[in-house]
Amino acid sequence: MAAKVRIPTPLRKLTNNEEVVEVRAGTVGAAIAELQLRYPGIKERLLDDTGAVRRFVNVYVNEEDIRFLQNQQTPVKDGDEVSIIPAIAGG
Amino acid sequence: MKALKCRECGREYPLTATHVCEFDFGPLEVMYDYDRIRQSLSRSSIQSRPQTMWRYRELLPVAGEPTVGFEVGFTPLIRADRLARVLGVREVWVKNDTVNYPTLSFKDRVVSVALSRARELGFTTVACASTGNLANSVAANAAASGLKAYVFIPADLEQGKVVNSLVYGAEVIGIKGHYDEVNRLCAEIAGKYGWAFVNVNMRPYYAEGSKSMGFEIVEQLGWRIPQHTVVPMASGSLLTKIRKSYQELVRLGLTPETKYRVHGAQAAGCAPISTAQKAGLDFFKPVKPNTIAKSLAIGTPADGFYALKVMKDTGGAADDVSDDEVRAGIRLLADCEGIFAETAGGVTVGVARKLIASGRIPANDSVVLCVTGNGLKTLDAVAGHVGRTRDIKPSLREFEALLEAETRSTAHF
Repeated sequence: MAAKVRIPTPLRKLTNNEEVVEVRAGTVGAAIAELQLRYPGIKERLLDDTGAVRRFVNVYVNEEDIRFLQNQQTPVKDGDEVSIIPAIAGG
Repeated sequence: MKALKCRECGREYPLTATHVCEFDFGPLEVMYDYDRIRQSLSRSSIQSRPQTMWRYRELLPVAGEPTVGFEVGFTPLIRADRLARVLGVREVWVKNDTVNYPTLSFKDRVVSVALSRARELGFTTVACASTGNLANSVAANAAASGLKAYVFIPADLEQGKVVNSLVYGAEVIGIKGHYDEVNRLCAEIAGKYGWAFVNVNMRPYYAEGSKSMGFEIVEQLGWRIPQHTVVPMASGSLLTKIRKSYQELVRLGLTPETKYRVHGAQAAGCAPISTAQKAGLDFFKPVKPNTIAKSLAIGTPADGFYALKVMKDTGGAADDVSDDEVRAGIRLLADCEGIFAETAGGVTVGVARKLIASGRIPANDSVVLCVTGNGLKTLDAVAGHVGRTRDIKPSLREFEALLEAETRSTAHF
């Protein structure tokens, strides 16, 4: 068992076109670090120089925006689904 | 059009159906060749063209002739003296997109651009994530141009807006959640299906359509930029594009550069941008919307950062109003000017009132209010708050008795 991370189209070049990647990390932040180990370069696409999630990236755990949870400290458990989605849409 | 360019890092992309930078997820924006545009676009060339938004065609992102929505735009700009007196300001103008063609909101502007461009790129199915007005416009304009349409809306939308999408034969999908959840789902669907999502993968083209509202305001004022423009904010996109329209007209020498401020209006039940502006922040905190102004109920506004920057750069302000103030704003505009706006219009009027009362819009200045949608679509929001009919038999005696009773009770007060 593990959590699933849904990779958005603009990042799939880094994940060999994998749409869904499994991670074992316990938080969103750790999951991003784990992705970076397997897919070098992905971290700088998601986080800015200060380590914060880029302002045009939205991250959801089980469909809830992590800014309403605990940001990168948000826990990720077995079976959870993490979605990374471009913020620019709608309106 | 020259290219698409990331607003964050400046990387350029070809003019396809794509909306975010692969590197930093920043929004892509259409680039134009202004030197070339300057050669064909003048006040007289514009004025010689039909009175639609397409008279500014060089500044709208289609490669050839538009094929969708030829009649859209050039809505009335009304001088609202009675409203100005009540608000306590020298001059008020209402840009009245409640009568935009064909679906009675400013969204017809963005949709005619998005669908014209979608056809150029070879799409046959179009889609959108919508708080209602956009769904209506995509449904109608797709029907009129033989495109298949899927529209995604929050399931609890006003009945008027639901029916106004279904009637055109669009596939209407109600999502059990608020708009931000609809939007997230659509971002995922857009990545999977080869459709032209007007406000997802077509967003760079779509959003430019809003500039036409600003172009028209300037032309209708006699080629001058208003001192103050009050714009309702959902994603914040319209506000940023109104600013861009003023900048482009200055750049092309079509209007002199004068001092102007662009102000933003939100409902208190969904005010992430206004809250940040009032706190002096350049970033916003997402919220969960709870307001009758459903067309503005976006808790995670895509252009929130840029809207804050526009207000900061132009010296504009933002504010927000309660549901009761929204209804009062709708009543005031109707009472004073005979214009029935939807809830977003009530937000704009209500916020203008606050900005004037607090001196953020000085009493001696001139203001344009952007009224973006028609009240017939949000009857639920005001029904029960606008008085009631008095029903009588078809009898002169009953009518006279009623008048006498009401005269007496008025005199009593």
